[in-house]
Amino acid sequence: MGKIWSFIHKLGSPKWFYAISARLMPWFWLAAAVLILVGSVWGLAFAPADYQQGNSFRIIYVHVPAAFLAQSIFVSMAVAGLIFMVWKIKVADMAAAVMAPLGAAMTFISLFSGAVWGVPTWGTWWMWDARLTSMLILLFLYLGVIALRGAFSSRDSGSRAASVLAMVGVINIPIIKYSVDWWYTLHQPATFSVTSRPAMPLEMWAPLLIMVLGFYCFFIAATLMRTRSEILRREANKRWVRELAGGLS
Amino acid sequence: MRPKRKQKLYLSLGLIALAAIAVGLTLYALRSNINLFFSPVQIAAGDAPFERQIRAGGMVKEGTVARNPESLDVAFVVTDYVDDLEVRYSGILPDLFREGQGVVVVGKLQSEGWLRADQVLARHDENYMPPEVAQALEDAGYTPEDYQDKAAEMGERMDAQQGASQ
Repeated sequence: MGKIWSFIHKLGSPKWFYAISARLMPWFWLAAAVLILVGSVWGLAFAPADYQQGNSFRIIYVHVPAAFLAQSIFVSMAVAGLIFMVWKIKVADMAAAVMAPLGAAMTFISLFSGAVWGVPTWGTWWMWDARLTSMLILLFLYLGVIALRGAFSSRDSGSRAASVLAMVGVINIPIIKYSVDWWYTLHQPATFSVTSRPAMPLEMWAPLLIMVLGFYCFFIAATLMRTRSEILRREANKRWVRELAGGLS
Repeated sequence: MRPKRKQKLYLSLGLIALAAIAVGLTLYALRSNINLFFSPVQIAAGDAPFERQIRAGGMVKEGTVARNPESLDVAFVVTDYVDDLEVRYSGILPDLFREGQGVVVVGKLQSEGWLRADQVLARHDENYMPPEVAQALEDAGYTPEDYQDKAAEMGERMDAQQGASQ
């Protein structure tokens, strides 16, 4: 237990985070590349077509991982915001800052791929149902968090405002998740749940699982990389960064 | 934890709790307006307004789809297995439209009790399967509602086969 705590404490120091992330990052990039490559080739070329939707169901291999990540990233951002607000750990704020554009991109991908799938399947690309609308609100929340962070002249005020919006906005996540159960929606209920078997055969969900894992590895790798450059940017005047730059400045 | 941090933590959690209560109450107040469509039961009970654009949803009842061979006119019955709603539509139906399929129809409810649709949308369910499996299920005499259980059963059987072959 003591070891874990000291590891977490070290992560809170920008210098240590910079050193530890350098060792972790290549593995996550590698895992992301392999998983996404295997998952997309398997899903797009080898998985069987659906009995009703034919090949258009294959959009699921991008849509579902992007939608999972869009929600997970928002929760991570809110947790990072809470850690920053309560324990004043700067690295948490830097991570939250770099996660927001990633999450916004994932939300956009899931909305866009859903619309492309909706045209042949539903007969419309957009409908103001609870799932689609709550997902659109998530996109606006991401844009709001990004804009709010930049709207203050002092970085600390911007960080705190963005953290509060992220923490309050996290209420939208259970609404997205349960919207298809609470209300009548055009969007179908979840195919996957923790408690029951997926309503999909193995040869269809195995590549999906690989894609989801690949997307998560990509998110971790990208967050580590972007947090590292954020650390260098914010700590540019610190001695260890100057030494790292080899006394160039 | 230092008292100041504890205070901040409680403040943050309190803020989230308050916002959650506010959003929860709003959604509770709007609960019927958030539903995308009326079900035939609600329409039969008189919940839906006449002569105004509404959406109705349910399953296309088996054996009720009647097409006019001369035009694009089509009539069918939407059911929730309790009440039925007759729908008339003129236009192109989505690929997924078929008997037993979930649909959402957009249109005006007529005073005679049927619905003149301007748009028909197919609603997909959460079940996915290869065509051979679907065919096998149909040959065995199962209805779409059994698909989820059957899909789970198929998955288990496939797992068992894989376990046996290893």
